[in-house]
Amino acid sequence: MEKIYTRTKTIQENKVSGYCPGCMHGTVMKLIGEVLEEMNLVDRTLCCLGIGCCGLQMDYIAYDNITSPHGRACAVATGVKRSNPDTFVFTYQGDGDFASIGLAESISAANRGENLSVIFINNGIYGMTGGQMAPTTLVGMKATTAPKGRNPQEHGYPMHMCEILNQLEAPVFLARTSCNNPANVNKTKKYIRKAFQNQLDGKGFSMVEVVTSCPTNWGMDALSALDFLEEKMLAEFPLGVLRDR
Amino acid sequence: MARLFMKGCEAIAEAAVRAGCRFFAGYPITPQNEIPEYFARRMPEVGGTFLQGESEVASISMVYGAASAGTRSMTSSSSPGISLKSEGISYCASARIPMVYCNVSRGGPGVGSIQPAQMDYFQATKASGNGGFRMMVFAPSTVQEAVDMTYKAFDYADRDRNPVLILADGVIGTMMEPVVLPEMKSDEEIAAIKESKRKWACVGHPLDYANRSWIQPGQWSTKLQQEENEKAAALYESWEKDIQVEHYRTEDAQVVIASYGISARIARSAVDLLRKEGKKVGMIRPITVSPFPYKAFDALDYGRVKAILDVEMSIPAQFVEDVKTGVKERCPIRTCLCSGGNIMSREKIVNAVNSILEGM
Amino acid sequence: METNLCVAGFGGQGVMTLGKFLADATCNSTDKNVTFFPSYGAEQRGGTANCFVVISDEAIGAPVGDVMDDLIVMNGASLNRFLGSLKSGGRLFVNSSIVTDPITREDITVVRAPVTELALEMGNAKVLNVIMLGVYVGYTEVIAPEIVWDTIQHKLAKKASLLPLNRQAFEKGLELGRSQRA
Repeated sequence: MEKIYTRTKTIQENKVSGYCPGCMHGTVMKLIGEVLEEMNLVDRTLCCLGIGCCGLQMDYIAYDNITSPHGRACAVATGVKRSNPDTFVFTYQGDGDFASIGLAESISAANRGENLSVIFINNGIYGMTGGQMAPTTLVGMKATTAPKGRNPQEHGYPMHMCEILNQLEAPVFLARTSCNNPANVNKTKKYIRKAFQNQLDGKGFSMVEVVTSCPTNWGMDALSALDFLEEKMLAEFPLGVLRDR
Repeated sequence: MARLFMKGCEAIAEAAVRAGCRFFAGYPITPQNEIPEYFARRMPEVGGTFLQGESEVASISMVYGAASAGTRSMTSSSSPGISLKSEGISYCASARIPMVYCNVSRGGPGVGSIQPAQMDYFQATKASGNGGFRMMVFAPSTVQEAVDMTYKAFDYADRDRNPVLILADGVIGTMMEPVVLPEMKSDEEIAAIKESKRKWACVGHPLDYANRSWIQPGQWSTKLQQEENEKAAALYESWEKDIQVEHYRTEDAQVVIASYGISARIARSAVDLLRKEGKKVGMIRPITVSPFPYKAFDALDYGRVKAILDVEMSIPAQFVEDVKTGVKERCPIRTCLCSGGNIMSREKIVNAVNSILEGM
Repeated sequence: METNLCVAGFGGQGVMTLGKFLADATCNSTDKNVTFFPSYGAEQRGGTANCFVVISDEAIGAPVGDVMDDLIVMNGASLNRFLGSLKSGGRLFVNSSIVTDPITREDITVVRAPVTELALEMGNAKVLNVIMLGVYVGYTEVIAPEIVWDTIQHKLAKKASLLPLNRQAFEKGLELGRSQRA
C-alpha cells in the first residue's frame, strides 16, 4: 500500500501527548513540526517555550528548545537570534504568557521588529494552573479567579493581541486563525509557514495567533468546547490576516 | 603594558569585551549606566551585540537566550535592578547556563539611594533568586581588580556552566583609576570557546532526540530535579579550591579588620595609618565572598587577637554573619558601619580600632 | 606623600573636567597612584558639581576622604559646603570673581584667582576651569605643568582650534599660581 501520511519526526517517537482531549496544542505542535520538516529547518531550529501548557511540549518535541521564564520567551528568543542569526527561532506561548506577564517583552520584541516568529495560543484561560482568568477571557466567562465571570467593571475587556500589535510599525505579519475545522487547520499551517518564511527572508517580526479551546478549564466536553469556540470565542476574536507586508 | 585611566564601569565593560563577551543586554539604572553605554559603542566594533532591553527582567532573559546559544554574555545593573533580574539569574543557575553579571550596588532597601553601598551582600551571596542556588561572587576593591575579575569570570562561568557575579559598588563603578587591561582574545579564540559549547548550546541540532539541546530550568520528574540539585550541590562544594582571600598584616595583629570590596580598600589605608603609630592591626579580606573563606579565620591566633572589627557599608550589617561563622565565637566581633549612600571613612575605622585597643 | 583634592562648583563650570585633566595627566606620565571620583546626583543639570582627586605614592584607600588637603571652590555654595572639610594648614583655591564671602578660617592658606573674569577677558567663559587648573598646578607643583598640558592637548585633539585659547588660559593660571607661592 502507498504510504500517504506519516507522523512528523519532530515529535518524539513513542511519545503520547499529555494534552487533554479536545485541546488544540497537539494539533498546532504537529503543524509546526510538519512545516519545519517541509522547509528543511529542523536541524537549525530552536523553540523558546512559554510557561504553562505550552511548556509541556519540551517533553514531546525532538528539536532544540529552551524553557523561558514565564512571559519572557520573546526576550529569550531575541537573545538567541541576535547572537546566532543562523538559528531559526520561534516562540510558542499561551495567552497568560504572551499577553499578561510577558506583555512588555512581547510588544517590545514586536516593536523592535526582531526577526522572530511567534506562535501565540489563545484559549482565553490559564490551563496548567487550573482555569484562572486570562487577559483574553471573554466577558461573562467564568474562571477560578473570576467565579462570577469576567466583569468589565472589575476586570476590563478581553485583549486583542493582533490588533494591539497592529498599532506598531515594525511587525510584518499578523494573523489570527483557529484549528476548529479542517479548513482552518490548513489555513493555520499556511500562516505558520508564512511566519517562518518571513524570518528566513529576514523580514522581521511575525505573529500567528491561534484561537483554541480548553475543554477542561472551560468545564465542557470536547465537542461543546468546539461549539463555544465557534460561537463565542470567534465572535470576540475574528479570524483573518491583519497585516502581511 | 601602558596604564590607562578608566572609569570602573567602562573598565569592567572593556574587560568583558576582551574576555570574549559578545552579547550584552541591560537597562538604565544609576550608578551603572556607563556599562551599557560603553557596550553600545564598543560591541559594533567587535561584531558583538548590544541591546537595551525593555526592563531588567527582559535584559536578563535576553542574556539567558544568548548564553544558551553558547555566546559569552553579560548583563549589569544596580541593586533594585538586580532584584528584578533575579528571575533570570535563577533560571540560568537552574539550567546551568554560563553568564556573567555585575552589580554596581547602591543604597537600599527599595529604591534606596543612588549613592554607593554594600547592602546587597545577602542577596549576592545567599539568595540571588529562588531555589537556593549558589554562584561564585567576586568583590573588587580597585578598578584593576574589577577588570581582572571580570576577565576571569567568563572562564569560571564556562568551566562550571553557572552564573558568576561581580559584586562592585557605586564607588568602584564611577571612580577612575589607572588600569592595565588584559589581552584581547582573538576572534579565533572566541569562536573556539563558542564551538566548545556546541553540543549543549541551543542553536539547532540534527533531528535526533538523544542529541537535541534542551535547556531545562526545571524538571517535571522530582527524581530528576533532585539529581540536578545534587549535581549543583557537588559543584558548589568543589569551589573550596577557588577561594581567594587576602591576609594583610595579620601576623602579630591584636585587632583584625574583616572587610571586603570598597570598604576593605579604605580599611587597608586605616591599617597602614595605625601601623605607622605602632598599633598592631591587620585585615582579612575575602576576595571571593562566595565561596566564603571561613577557614581564613582559623589561621588567627586567638590568644593574641582581642577582637575582630567588621567594616562594611551596610546597616544592619550583613557580611558580619559570615565573619561570625568563620570566627566561631573565639573572640568578640565589633562593627564599624555606614549606609544610605555614605562612604566608609578611614578616620571612622581608625577610631573604631583605637576604641578596641583602649578597652584592652 | 598623598594629596587629597576636592574641586567644587556649579554644574557647567567644568569642575569634573578640571579634576579629570589633573588625574589623567598623573596616570599617563607618572608612576603615582591616582583616583578620580565624581559625586553623582539625580539631577542632570544645575545644582552643584564636585569631584575628588587623590594623588599618592602609596596605595590609595578612600577615593573620597572626609578631610581634604586642598580645596578648589568655583562658587559660594561650594565654599560653604566644603570649607569645613579642609584640613588645618590646607590650601584653598577660590574663584574670587564669584566667591565674595569672607573666608572665615585663619588656619589655612588662601589662593585667590578671578578665573571667571579672566576667562571672559580671553573671550570664552568656558576656560575658567583650565585657568584654575593652571593656578592649582602652578601653586602646588603637585605634578609637572608640561604633563598636564600634554594631557589637555591630547584630550582636546578633536577640537584643535580650541588649543591656543586653552594654552593661553593654562599659562595665565600657572603664572597666577606661581606668583602667589610664598
